[in-house]
Amino acid sequence: MSILYHTDVTLRERVAECLKDDFKHNAIKTAQEVFYNKRAALVEEMGEGWEELRLHATEIRNHVTENLDYYVKMFAENAEANGYIMHYAPTDQDALAEVLDIFEKTNSQSTVKSKSMMTEEVGLNEVLEEAGYKVVETDCAECILQKAESKPSHIVVPALHFNRDAIRDIFTEKCGYEGTSVPEELTHFLRRYLRTEFLNADVGIRGCNFAVASTGSPTLITNEGNGRMVDSVPKVQIIFVGIDRIVPDLQSLDTMEALVPRSAVGSKMTAYFSVDSGPRRSDEVDGPVEAHIILMDNGRSRILKTDFEPMFRCMRCGACLNICPVYRHITGHGYGSIYPGPMGVVMTANMVGYDKIDTMTFACTLCGACAEHCPATIPLHDLIRQHRINIVDQGKNHSEEVPVFKLLKKMWSSVGFYKFAMGAGAPVMGLFTNDKGALDAKSTWMPVVKGWTSTRDFDGLSKDRFRTWFKNHKPLAAEAPVQKTEGTEGGGE
Amino acid sequence: MKIAFFPGCMVDMIYPEIGIAAVNVLERLGCDLVLPDEQVCCGQGLLNSGYRDYNIPVAKMVIDAYDRPEYDLFVSLTGSCMNAIINDYPIVFEKEPAYLERTKKLAERSYEFTDFIVNYLGKTDLGASFHDTVTFHKSCHVTRLLGIKEPPLKLLEAVEGLEYIEMEHADRCCGFGGTFSFKQPEISGEIVYEKCQTIIDTGANVVVGADVPCLMNIKGGLERMRSDGRLDRDIRVMHIAQILDARE
Repeated sequence: MSILYHTDVTLRERVAECLKDDFKHNAIKTAQEVFYNKRAALVEEMGEGWEELRLHATEIRNHVTENLDYYVKMFAENAEANGYIMHYAPTDQDALAEVLDIFEKTNSQSTVKSKSMMTEEVGLNEVLEEAGYKVVETDCAECILQKAESKPSHIVVPALHFNRDAIRDIFTEKCGYEGTSVPEELTHFLRRYLRTEFLNADVGIRGCNFAVASTGSPTLITNEGNGRMVDSVPKVQIIFVGIDRIVPDLQSLDTMEALVPRSAVGSKMTAYFSVDSGPRRSDEVDGPVEAHIILMDNGRSRILKTDFEPMFRCMRCGACLNICPVYRHITGHGYGSIYPGPMGVVMTANMVGYDKIDTMTFACTLCGACAEHCPATIPLHDLIRQHRINIVDQGKNHSEEVPVFKLLKKMWSSVGFYKFAMGAGAPVMGLFTNDKGALDAKSTWMPVVKGWTSTRDFDGLSKDRFRTWFKNHKPLAAEAPVQKTEGTEGGGE
Repeated sequence: MKIAFFPGCMVDMIYPEIGIAAVNVLERLGCDLVLPDEQVCCGQGLLNSGYRDYNIPVAKMVIDAYDRPEYDLFVSLTGSCMNAIINDYPIVFEKEPAYLERTKKLAERSYEFTDFIVNYLGKTDLGASFHDTVTFHKSCHVTRLLGIKEPPLKLLEAVEGLEYIEMEHADRCCGFGGTFSFKQPEISGEIVYEKCQTIIDTGANVVVGADVPCLMNIKGGLERMRSDGRLDRDIRVMHIAQILDARE
């Protein structure tokens, strides 16, 4: 898989498909409510401390971004001192070549994987399978997706779109499962099923939530414990680290670790949190014999020194998905990117370019809830709008919409033209409005407004303008004199 | 003290009754209002659709009309336009330093309608009475982007006879999103129906907001649900200015 999938249809077609799927639609809505409520309770508990933590994390992430070369070097040197073999991958192709090379040199035939978005991003599974290697996803949800040949609908909880019956059917068909759809029974089966895979795999592959520069440690936040099996059983270990994952030291890691589980799933901490320090030492009994780190860029550094640099702060927690009013209805599959929701729109456009993303930047109401919930205070809605601005500036907008916006510009910047348009528009519109003065379901044939009238009524232009009333009205007598209160200032925010 | 009043284009074109109510409220409070002839629209639909350059002449007209020495304050009836002018115009005027400077100065003396009454005038009880059940939509632009959370609720609380019922997720977007509602009507429709359902579930007879575009969207959603049988009673959609002007 690469970043985009299901590109053979338009965004609107994908959305229509998602809206037809009541189960998926409701599952995502329910998940959002659960995450939202749990997170809200924890945030409230922290009081002002939460905002301080967000700002602190923002400062740390900005500091690393501004001194990226310094911290990349520090992380790489310390990781090497820990015994990691470092590989630098400017592109996805470089990363894939490095992995294939490691498989060949270590004579490996199979791999167990712990959930990693970066490996999804480069399409690692497909490449390894094509080369004849066995790939087993060991995160419960990723394992379901792999068996079902499905795509993630959320970055943190990717198999939300399957219910327990569907999961039972998948396991029955693909893994020889014979039990019921009781969750405990399903997970017990998966545990036994995967145990054999862990014990037989040659290579363990995983991602990295944060890479600690001062200690050269990749870290991993998981809930199921499969990450530790991936880390400790196979003799070869490969860790994917994005160049935007680096934090300076363990203290700053602590700040991130306080924010991520709360933002992602509304928990104070996850069941497992690993800070690794290299391959097996001579006096140790387990752990990989050799450990590799693929430090990958794959377009990430392109946003440095641009409007999109704040995106370097993203922790991939999914908080913005969990609050987004659009994601709620169209799910990850509507976007057609492995990175969906607000962060996904910004990132996908950055990484794959404007030519390939259809109207994805318009799958957003610019409501700003994402920015308010982002633990790294990324102004996501502003960045989405910045993409829209860039698309128009670069002439990649749909040419048929240009005359409409040109007309609006003309009307809104000329009092005379506006007056004329309102004067002429009201009676014309009046021919089509109902007894309440609105264009209703009968007006779905009308160009431009049909988008609106297909789902709701559109109030028509008033016969009388406010401006005319204002000019002719006699001001009411004051009931009290105007007095400014002490210490107030304008500007809203 | 002269106050330059910005009603927003929707009030001028579609909902003059909201503007009239707001003027009544402010004049009763002793405000001397002016409506500059060149007030048309803030043009945020252009910027938000990516057409920043198209927004420049529109924004210049707004600044020229409202940034005048004879006007002491700027009051916007619609939070959305206020947000566009004080928070978005700096982006529109990126390459227009003179207008950028004037926008910043104007922002310092700008107020959204409810914020102006509560925090500038220091008033909450305006002598209004409205005997009905009311729920309030906390619009994104007023609540989140301008950070005005308490003022509208304080004003509603002081209205005689008004019974306030909070809706679930009152600050969740109504799905309007400007041109989003035309470009992605299926998603927008889905969001507004859900917003309408949370309004219906309160049992309130009236839904109130401080942002005209959201109210237009919500009204359109409720009317459609009413006509296709998903809603079996009338729910009034009102701007907070109309409640504050009410003596019923």
